[in-house]
Amino acid sequence: MSEPANVDYLSCLFKSLDAKTDDSVNAGTSPENPQSWLKQLRAQAIENAGQLKWPTTKDEEWRFTDISSLAKLPFKPAQPGRIPALSDIQPYLIKEAVNRLVFVDGFFAPELSSIASESQMLIGNLAALATQHASTIMPHLGQHVQHQKNLFAALNTAFLHDGAVIVVPQNNVVDLPVHLLFISTQVETTHYPRCLIVGEANSKTTVIEDYVALQKNAEDAYITNSVAEFKLAANAQIQHVRLQRENQNAFHLANCAVSLDHASRYQAVSVSLGAKISRYNLDVRLEAETAESIIDGLALITDQQLADTHTCIDHLKPNCTSHQKHKCIADGNAHAVFNGKIIVRPHAQKTNSSQSSRNLLLSDKAQIDTKPQLEIFADDVKCAHGATVGQLDKEEIFYLKSRGLSELTARNLLTYAFGAEILDSVPVASLKHTLEQIVLNQTQSC
Amino acid sequence: MKNQNNKTILDVQNLHANTQSTEILKGINLTVKPGEIHAIMGLNGSGKSTFAKVLAGHPDYTATQGNIQFEQQDLLALSPEERAQAGIFLAFQYPIEIPGVANSQFLRLAYNTIQSKRGNDELDPLEFDDFVREKMKLLEMNPDFLDRSVNEGFSGGEKKRNEILQMALLEPTLGILDETDSGLDIDALKIVAKGVNHLSNSQNAMILITHYQRLLDHIVPDYVHVMEAGRIVKTGGKELALELEKHGYDWLHDDRHNNVGVSA
Repeated sequence: MSEPANVDYLSCLFKSLDAKTDDSVNAGTSPENPQSWLKQLRAQAIENAGQLKWPTTKDEEWRFTDISSLAKLPFKPAQPGRIPALSDIQPYLIKEAVNRLVFVDGFFAPELSSIASESQMLIGNLAALATQHASTIMPHLGQHVQHQKNLFAALNTAFLHDGAVIVVPQNNVVDLPVHLLFISTQVETTHYPRCLIVGEANSKTTVIEDYVALQKNAEDAYITNSVAEFKLAANAQIQHVRLQRENQNAFHLANCAVSLDHASRYQAVSVSLGAKISRYNLDVRLEAETAESIIDGLALITDQQLADTHTCIDHLKPNCTSHQKHKCIADGNAHAVFNGKIIVRPHAQKTNSSQSSRNLLLSDKAQIDTKPQLEIFADDVKCAHGATVGQLDKEEIFYLKSRGLSELTARNLLTYAFGAEILDSVPVASLKHTLEQIVLNQTQSC
Repeated sequence: MKNQNNKTILDVQNLHANTQSTEILKGINLTVKPGEIHAIMGLNGSGKSTFAKVLAGHPDYTATQGNIQFEQQDLLALSPEERAQAGIFLAFQYPIEIPGVANSQFLRLAYNTIQSKRGNDELDPLEFDDFVREKMKLLEMNPDFLDRSVNEGFSGGEKKRNEILQMALLEPTLGILDETDSGLDIDALKIVAKGVNHLSNSQNAMILITHYQRLLDHIVPDYVHVMEAGRIVKTGGKELALELEKHGYDWLHDDRHNNVGVSA
């Protein structure tokens, strides 16, 4: 059903890609040649990207999100540039996160990063780890995200030059969160952040994936095309906080793929505040019995913003659990989209799944599209779902006004409260507080 | 607690009010002076709760005739928040749950908003915490209720206590309690009544809206008004409530012209 891919856009990208494949895979930390397996992965992705079509609103998966404007932008891949000072990124730092990997326009910035000497895990940038740890990384990198089917995942993989790698060894519990900070500083370029997080058997960790903008002008446009892959081995637990606070003119296209083994547990909270157009695909595969995923999401947008969240939770084996809560708050002319697919495969008996999509419209011109999508092929399952779209409750507003609060304060407080429920599941105290303040400020400016 | 001066807190004259173009209130007259406690009784649908909501400024109701003076101000010209700031407080029949807003945050916001409008100092979170805990003791409330979301998961009795707690914090000139006794067991009723009695003084006034006499065993009214079809059809002293309890509301129709009460 797709239109042919925009030839100009893709050919422009591939031209820059051809030039790059001859270079070193990494950005300066090591002069050696790219590993052949990495080269192969990229070659495969380039081939995939060449065969995939540019998505249009005629595609079911892109019905509500028109990215035709994106195809017209001649954004070239970002090149290594000026590294911001530590003081510039200070506001984004998270005090609990002693381990921090910082990427500037997709390039690793060791001077801004910090890795504790006893980190109890393999942590670093891909370019530095790819040779020595090939046997650990190779089975997972590019193996979970569907770059065969997804153009943006394919493009990210085709341009793969570096990324964040975390491997938590068997039986290790890492209490303090790891902060992966992706900063964009350049204008009219595309950058390709990449994450691979592997929790080996019985391990436990918390990862914060964070996208921020440091352009001088909030009007500056750029594209972030990111991919994150999570692999949880048996009994592993990963808490994943995803925070998208790009500037108001950015395009943010992201894919996250999660594979869960026996009795593993993936708990995620994603918060989308920024970008002119953002699209987040989250694919969770419950691949062995008693795996569990708990996913919460909040999109808080205004003006002309569009935030689209597509999730797919695939129950492949019996006795797995998935719970999902997603909320959108749209003000101004903003447009929020939620598509939540839940698949229960024929053998996935005793699946226990719930999904709720609650949405708040703050203006007459805002728009919210929500689509729960259940595909159930097993007969002994529990799948609850619900979706609501509404405005602030006038009885609640009256209650607050009858206690002396102004109309505006009452509305702001109720809007904040609506979003705060999701922030409550953020497992890092200082980050939760920061997010509450951000949401409070944003709801007060509405 | 009757105050013999001539100051008036509330003066309602010939009040008519509509909701969705249906007339609910059809000419209410009521005068409330400092130190007085008024009970308004009546069957379901007689307009008691509507009267309470009109006083508080609920947007679903429109006053079509008459006027309300509240401490020399035209009450109908004020927004709900201005009424609250001026000293009107409505304890809701069904207090609203607000998930995501901590009760302490809500109480402090309401308290500080009203204090600053009245030209008084605001309290910071620590000062407020001490202040609110003191008030909670009066209502025998567990301080854990400060950390929970406003009314969320509270039992009926806890919600009503939380309403009286708000009244204790906001110190209104006129407290209107809309069926605060409904859904309360006898112990909770006594605690709520004790709180209301404690807050009642010679400078303020209360209007209690209730179906039943039993609240009035614990909060003794100066006047009892009976509403029917949007009007006050009978006014008497506290003994009127006992008569109603004994004979039922039908008794009024036999006795309508035998006015035993004092005019309020």
